[in-house]
Amino acid sequence: MSDLPSVMPPDPDEPLPFEHTEKMSERLRPLLPWLVMGAFLLLWEAVVRLFHIPVFLLPAPSAVAASLIEWAPQIRDNALATLATTVAGFALAIVFGVAGGVTIGSSATLYAAFYPLLIGFNAVPKVAIVPILVVWFGIGAVPAILTAFLISFFPILVNVATGIATVEPELKDVLRALGASNRQIVAKVGLPRAMPYFFASLKVAITVAFVGSIMSETVASNVGIGSLMMTASARFEVPLVFAGLVVTAVMGILLYLVAEAIEKRVVGWAMRGHR
Amino acid sequence: MSTTAASPATPPFVELRDVALAYGATAATLAVERLNLAVADGEFVAVVGPSGCGKSSLMKVVTGLWPPSRGRVTVDGTAVKGPLGIVGMAFQNSVQLPWRTVLDNVMLPLEIVEPHASRLRRERRSYEAKARDLLQLVGLAGYDRQHPWQLSGGMQQRASLCRALIHDPRLLMLDEPFGALDMFTREELWGVLQDLWIARRPTVILVTHDLREAVFLADRVLVMSARPGRIVAEYTVPFPRPRTLETTYLPEFTELTHELRRLIAEARVGVAPEVSS
Ligand SMILES: Nc1ncnc2c1ncn2[C@@H]1O[C@H](COP(=O)(O)OP(=O)(O)OP(=O)(O)O)[C@@H](O)[C@H]1O
Ligand SMILES: [Mg+2]
Repeated sequence: MSDLPSVMPPDPDEPLPFEHTEKMSERLRPLLPWLVMGAFLLLWEAVVRLFHIPVFLLPAPSAVAASLIEWAPQIRDNALATLATTVAGFALAIVFGVAGGVTIGSSATLYAAFYPLLIGFNAVPKVAIVPILVVWFGIGAVPAILTAFLISFFPILVNVATGIATVEPELKDVLRALGASNRQIVAKVGLPRAMPYFFASLKVAITVAFVGSIMSETVASNVGIGSLMMTASARFEVPLVFAGLVVTAVMGILLYLVAEAIEKRVVGWAMRGHR
Repeated sequence: MSTTAASPATPPFVELRDVALAYGATAATLAVERLNLAVADGEFVAVVGPSGCGKSSLMKVVTGLWPPSRGRVTVDGTAVKGPLGIVGMAFQNSVQLPWRTVLDNVMLPLEIVEPHASRLRRERRSYEAKARDLLQLVGLAGYDRQHPWQLSGGMQQRASLCRALIHDPRLLMLDEPFGALDMFTREELWGVLQDLWIARRPTVILVTHDLREAVFLADRVLVMSARPGRIVAEYTVPFPRPRTLETTYLPEFTELTHELRRLIAEARVGVAPEVSS
């Protein structure tokens, strides 16, 4: 002991005392969502069994799982159809949302001119638009795609426009001082600056896109998870309705994770290394 | 052997005539007023003055970032209507684009200013080498792949100096480029900047709070009054080049900095300073 030098370089493997508790909770963190979900399902199952809730009111998770297995092929086909519609509408929303956001965000005049209209448009409940879309395009995938598009377009546009419109004047000045054109300023500062906003909006947009397509499928289609759930509920197959909800939630989470993974790669700078 | 102010034979490279700049509509918002200034081609001018007197505003007017409310600004014989590519500018706070690496930040002007912009794709290698040379010159060798937010404030300022220089501007506008640096690094960079100036002879307008820096680097030091700022005194610095740190210990050097300090102190309290030159 006494032979040791008074100042030791820190051993990288040895956790500092105050880091110990931190480490424990950090190791647990990835497990936490699963633990919470498991507890939730257990509680649900227990409540249904304890109070003898009839299956057509609230099926237990076990009943939902059984239904998932029983109807697996139908669920898979309809889920894939919904996924395709949602992704198509979402892709349209990205294209038009980014184009519109760049246009509106890079001009104060256009921003002032169009913003109220867009707010009003966004306030219209999309469920009220579906019948109109059916009148125009008939029953099928098109109304679902368009509903997904309409509902997810707005958050993307607003976020991209905001990201570009709020570029710090100092950043613009760096380029302006070099004689850069407005287009160059948007390309070199506006767009990169708007990327964190864009990805934040994607995570919102992808979930509401599902809301849009499924909502449309319930009234205006005979394929898709929404249509499947409507049929099931008409036949009092309540566990199947719940199975449809579960599948939708899982697809939503998966696409969210994809958006998040891309975001981390592309706009890591915005997190300044605190990932 | 200092370059003196523009003689009638050679027209000044930068000229301000009776320039005023107001940020708002009223006279109360005047940042600079009755500003007259002539800088010869290849001259190194330093501007000193109390804080808030309009030095940064002067820079914005000369670079064309802000149009003057009154008066006329000419650079290289033509009236300034907007920003020019022949200008390199380092801002008071080193504004870096956080999504770009240090190297890409330094190379930003090359993507905009001709003829570099059209050559950049083909000659990327040699331009990159040039950017790395500049980074090395200011002591940032090896940081080119880092992001600006991974650098200290002083390091970011050095990177912003490189960005101002990369496209070989004929007019260099430096707004307190060494403000966030420690004294040793600052004095080292004085030498770097002087060498660059001797080698390429750009016209330089340097705003600084450091009077020793002004006297060390400049051919001519201009003193501005309190807001609304105008030039109230001007000194020609007699020391031969290249100047070294030894120069700063000369009695004449100290005398000149003391004189400048006295003028600025007077300008701060608003006493009309006695102009001697
Ligand atoms: N964008 C702006 N809008 C309104 N007023 C401004 C703006 N920029 C500067 N001012 C005002 O103009 C005056 C001059 O500002 P300027 O930045 O030119 O001073 P400065 O001499 O560079 O000061 P410092 O030495 O502290 O950097 C200040 O009083 C400031 O309040
Ligand atoms: Mg300033």
